[in-house]
Amino acid sequence: MRSNVGEQFSRLPATDADRAVEGRPTRNGVLSFWEDRYGVSPEVFEDHSFWEKGSGKLWAFSGDAPEGTQVEALGITFLRVRQEHWKPTTDAVQRFGKHATQNVITVDAEAARTFIAGEDQKLDWEGDWGYLIVAHELADVREPIGVGLYLHGELRSQIPKGRQRSV
Amino acid sequence: MILERYRELIDSFDAFLGACDRPLPSVVRVNTLKASVERVERALADTGYEYEQCSWYPELLRLSTDTPGNSWPYVHGWIYGQEEVSALPARVLSPSAGDRVLDTCAAPGSKTTQLAALMDDRGTLIANDANLGRLSALRTNAQRCGVTNLIVNSADAQTLSLAPFGGDPFDHALVDVPCSCEGTIRKNPTALEDWDIDHVRGLAGIQRGILRRAIQATRAGGTVVYSTCTFAPEENEAVLDAVLETESCRIVPFETALDTRPGVTEWNEKTFDRSVEKAQRIYPHLNDTGGFFCAKLEVTGE
Repeated sequence: MRSNVGEQFSRLPATDADRAVEGRPTRNGVLSFWEDRYGVSPEVFEDHSFWEKGSGKLWAFSGDAPEGTQVEALGITFLRVRQEHWKPTTDAVQRFGKHATQNVITVDAEAARTFIAGEDQKLDWEGDWGYLIVAHELADVREPIGVGLYLHGELRSQIPKGRQRSV
Repeated sequence: MILERYRELIDSFDAFLGACDRPLPSVVRVNTLKASVERVERALADTGYEYEQCSWYPELLRLSTDTPGNSWPYVHGWIYGQEEVSALPARVLSPSAGDRVLDTCAAPGSKTTQLAALMDDRGTLIANDANLGRLSALRTNAQRCGVTNLIVNSADAQTLSLAPFGGDPFDHALVDVPCSCEGTIRKNPTALEDWDIDHVRGLAGIQRGILRRAIQATRAGGTVVYSTCTFAPEENEAVLDAVLETESCRIVPFETALDTRPGVTEWNEKTFDRSVEKAQRIYPHLNDTGGFFCAKLEVTGE
């Protein structure tokens, strides 16, 4: 087995059988995660390849790039897989979250403002705990804002500091 | 004062000076990768913002607020704050979905994200910049806009290697170079305080190097757009003139609904190749924008 090289981008192997670097997630694993957790169809990612740079941070890219390229970024960071529970990024949820059919919590205007400000809040939710896609209505359509961690009746905003706003 | 050196070039010089003293309207571009103009207009109206569409570019909206960053359309990456006239070069380049496109001096990303939208996030777009700090801002901006066809690269554009991108030449290149920024005087009233002719000459050398490398990296039949936000012919027509002598390319005309003036063929007793007239100069008083320079080149190969 080769080891992960931190300075370069490596394309995710398609399946476990294609894996050359131990522990690296696979494309199939990533597609299953989005489908099982959020109901996002694998077809949504048909034009995107998945890459890893460093350990545990995955990127989604729709262009052409050679294996092992040493550049600053390829597409968008879209999934963190270092911990037991995988966590989509704010940018991934904003880009792909509109295709989600489950584990989406649609909040009212006041709760949306609290969430984008980066603050935690008490909220009722009957569904699963864990990382949820937080959405609101904007110009009459549901629009995903980012990721919230729902635990014990509380929605914890995961909006990164640089993206927090007082709307 | 510095701008006096352009009195001979500019008709209605007093109107020009008057416009340079006025602040710029706040303008945002609709990021069509994430929302339609209509949906953005509805969201802005719901928020209580007033807006006015720019007639030459329907995706540009002049806003009644100076802080569009604290709005839901901004949070969602539906809009991007961009000076109106700086939306010209990407539109002149006009890449198509599926193209291979280079943006040589890309940070902080207003033109990069505009190119990605014009490409419908398909094909491959390379955003290069020498400054890592500014590239970090570009990455944040591109991700907020949901751009996934982007490779971000940090290198000196004068010696750019194609190896990190697979080695193939580009279909198009945008060369929006670092410049003396005279045309940003309305946004940044201190823009001319450090003006120095030696600095201008130094910049011109870098600009020639970047434009030359971009032409070499673009396939025959491909397009290179050169732009600056300065009035100085040393950084505009003189750069084109020098590059025409050494590289396989020609300047071609382009159309825009903006009011513009042709490139100048003489400056400080120097005469330039007549084709620099096909470049276009934009003065602040002509369209109530910042100042700008834009030229379209076709790569001819042999």
